[in-house]
Amino acid sequence: MRLIVPLQGVVQGRGGLILGSLIPCALFYFFQLYVKRHRSPKSGSNHISPSQSSPNLAELQRSSSRSNLSSRGSIGRVQVSSRASSIAKPNDSPYYIGLDKVSEDAYDRFDNPDGVIQLGLSENRLCFDLIEKWFSENLKDSVIGSDGGDLSISGIAAYQPLDGLMELKVAMAGFMSQVMGPAVSFDPLQMVLTCGATPAIEILCFCLADPGNAFLVPTPYYSGFDRDVRWRTGVELIPVHCRNTDNFIISITSLDQAFNQARKRGVKVRGILLSNPGNPVGNLLPRETLDDILYFSQEKNIHIILDEIYAGSVYGTEEHVSMAELLDSDDIDKTRIHMVYGLSKDLALPGFRVGVIYSFNDTVLVAAKRLARFSSISAPTQRLLTSMLSDTRFTLTYINTSKKRIRKMHDLFVAGLKQLGIECATSSAGFYCWANMSKLIPSYSEKGELELWEMLLNIGKINVTPGSAFHCIEPGWFRCCFTTLSEEDIPIVIEGIRKVAETCKSSS
Amino acid sequence: MVVLSKIATNDRHGENSPYFDGWKAYDMNPYHPTKNRDGVIQMGLAENQLCFDLSEDWIRKNPKASICTAEGVDEFKNIAIFQDYHGLPEFRQAVASFMGRVRGGRVKFDPERIVMSGGATGANELIMFCLADPGDAFLVPSPYYPAFDRDLGWRTGVQIVPVHCDSSNGFLITKAALEAAYEKAQEDNINIKGLLIANPSNPLGTVLDRDTLKSLVSFVNEKNIHLVCDEIYAATLFSTPNFVSISEIMQEMEYCNPDLIHIVYSLSKDMGLPGFRVGIVYSYNDTVVSCGRKMSSFGLVSSQTQHLLAAMLSDEEFVGNYLEQSSKRLEKRHNAFTKGLAKAGITCLKSNAGLFVWMDLRRLLKEQTLEAEMALWRVIINEVKVNVSPGSSFHCSEPGWFRVCFANMDDETVEVALQRINAFVRQEKDGNNKAQGKRTKCLPKKLQLSFSFRRYDEGLMSPHIMSPHSPHVPLSPLVRART
Repeated sequence: MRLIVPLQGVVQGRGGLILGSLIPCALFYFFQLYVKRHRSPKSGSNHISPSQSSPNLAELQRSSSRSNLSSRGSIGRVQVSSRASSIAKPNDSPYYIGLDKVSEDAYDRFDNPDGVIQLGLSENRLCFDLIEKWFSENLKDSVIGSDGGDLSISGIAAYQPLDGLMELKVAMAGFMSQVMGPAVSFDPLQMVLTCGATPAIEILCFCLADPGNAFLVPTPYYSGFDRDVRWRTGVELIPVHCRNTDNFIISITSLDQAFNQARKRGVKVRGILLSNPGNPVGNLLPRETLDDILYFSQEKNIHIILDEIYAGSVYGTEEHVSMAELLDSDDIDKTRIHMVYGLSKDLALPGFRVGVIYSFNDTVLVAAKRLARFSSISAPTQRLLTSMLSDTRFTLTYINTSKKRIRKMHDLFVAGLKQLGIECATSSAGFYCWANMSKLIPSYSEKGELELWEMLLNIGKINVTPGSAFHCIEPGWFRCCFTTLSEEDIPIVIEGIRKVAETCKSSS
Repeated sequence: MVVLSKIATNDRHGENSPYFDGWKAYDMNPYHPTKNRDGVIQMGLAENQLCFDLSEDWIRKNPKASICTAEGVDEFKNIAIFQDYHGLPEFRQAVASFMGRVRGGRVKFDPERIVMSGGATGANELIMFCLADPGDAFLVPSPYYPAFDRDLGWRTGVQIVPVHCDSSNGFLITKAALEAAYEKAQEDNINIKGLLIANPSNPLGTVLDRDTLKSLVSFVNEKNIHLVCDEIYAATLFSTPNFVSISEIMQEMEYCNPDLIHIVYSLSKDMGLPGFRVGIVYSYNDTVVSCGRKMSSFGLVSSQTQHLLAAMLSDEEFVGNYLEQSSKRLEKRHNAFTKGLAKAGITCLKSNAGLFVWMDLRRLLKEQTLEAEMALWRVIINEVKVNVSPGSSFHCSEPGWFRVCFANMDDETVEVALQRINAFVRQEKDGNNKAQGKRTKCLPKKLQLSFSFRRYDEGLMSPHIMSPHSPHVPLSPLVRART
């Protein structure tokens, strides 16, 4: 607001200082203040319609319900929330760009042999036959069962406990015990069910940290954590870098360093977020490391969130130690330990949206139960899965067969890479291998890594995910998911990489 | 002791409100027609159980829509792996066409603008995350749905600024009231980001007329703030005046910035499927659609459910019949209930939609105060044994109003409820001193329930546990013992 000060009175001296200048100035000042307050608060210049400058025009067609509207005018751009503006932007991560490329030009052995082969999606497609078989042996007449009573529609249509049906929690507790080994049992009363592991992580973050607080997370880490932990909670993620020399296993020294650095910055670290088995490396945290982390968290009085979503996909000889196993000792404060699980990986049912929060902290459980109202599992799915998970013979067979098949694919794939001189990090779990292609990258940098990624996509015709998408500090690592392939596809993938390797050699 | 967040430890979850105390009384002692005739009748749950038979019938006759049947299992693999946050195209298509159908075909909805969320609960929270920053505020006409406090503001940090409406004009929203609330907020340095309305209204059961809607659209355009319309009761309309959706108004008004307009919808009320957890955000703002879609990862609808509903909602004959029947049955139930109340001399706000009535008990109050309303309410819960919801929990500024739900029970239970209410009103009228004296002794000072089994207590806090005829196995051992 420009302050127009009438100087005439002062200059001409008429009326003296007060009448001639101060009073008119004061009046004029208050007049401008009045005008400003009663103007429309957000009027801006004559703007084009905000929707025309939206970055997402390419995504949305103009709908017929808008065609009659004229939205020109003097109103300025309406504000959405600050987080919405950044989230709405098109995603430029290679993870998403690669997925798009595949969907535009998907490889098919017969129909599109020159298409892009998908190695970027961590999904297990090796065992659908087993689930289909279970269905055919356990078919119902419909989603609501063949007779009334417990299975009538009011049983699934009506409001349910928003943190999950008790029957499903019981079945899930049994399944988790199967998956994480005989030494652990899970109490359904300590469980909150959510529609996927994604909201499970977010809910825990809302319970354990305030905006501005932080979680430490070892790198490389699942890129979805950036969304789950940060988008809506205002909580920060502080990466703690791990290296190949340590087999990408986190060390207490680096955790301690990161914790202290954060404290110096005035940031309160509220906990550590771990994945075990790890994604993207597929490694397992040794018992001693888990013990050390437990004591570290106790010393610093912080939480641990353990994402064990791949616990049932351990195909190697190494043992997966669930955090739940280590909590028997009396001198450990269990109230800081929280686990996340789900059925998207081990049972290959990501579409059904089934996640688990398992906590030893009663206050967290109460809060999480209340927050689960925003992310409840659809009732028909709960009923279906209660049936499936209660069939313990089936689940045991499924887990064991799945592990065998993943192992087979893993061994074939890693051997194929080895032939090209590409080594992989030791991995015993998950649907992927963590391949070191640093010898092939034009420059030992993130830029070089992305260039190689593009060559693999465009020349090699394979979509793998570069390490930078997982915040890996060492350039040249790529996550290659092999459980969406069939055995016949592997030589084609290897051939594609070989082509790229030749191209790199000849250009260097 | 390890530290937890403010969200985990504050009470912005709102479950300490008296609205939920009534639920506790019900859960402790739920009515059952044969096993517990003295129990509390649940009339605080806005659930539509009148047309379950129609949905059940359709599901049985269409096994292909269920992936766990011989006819449908072929689709199983594709559905089980589908986790794209865009949602199944056929699901979005079916929802868009259903929404258009509910509005009499007067508007077409674009499937590309359909964003999923975890029930209407999730949808309301999602739209707040997209439109407002922590500390911002939304104007909400009162009385309003109690859980808005939690759904709109708990995790988002958004405040609600109520715009009080009262019976002097039938609880209509006036431009003057909106302007006054807006100005006051400006003075108090509160940043108003938008206006949220529920149309049809909960708890009033009324619809907004065209002129009011147009004036709301003008208001938000003038202030350049958002308008969120919660239309989740759109198909519960059972008599005139007609329901007019904000989407229709947009088509009619010459000037309206579409970026300001957002609709929240769900199948929980219109289709009686709250267990399916289908919430929809429909926005005319591209940025909001894009952001909302990505955030929908926190509340995606199970692909199995999407698949089933895609088939159900695109069955035009079924939808047409369902909407017609639902409307008829709601009208019948509403009329029976209001007539029964009228016999007892109780009037309700004239309503033509929703699963409840807004009952006027002002003349039964000892004095026109909140305390008197609470006292009356405690009597209704403990003596009349009917769980109704006091107007104060809806932030109604006028004491003496109660919301009573009528669509979550069968005809016999409605009769029993009416008998009890009738008996109570007669007693009050007669001014039976002896009875009153006895009753006063029994009146608990506070409706506080204490248990040693803490988990049970916590489990009860969820308002949506059971309706009287749900065959679902109850959570608590105490209730299990009774049913």
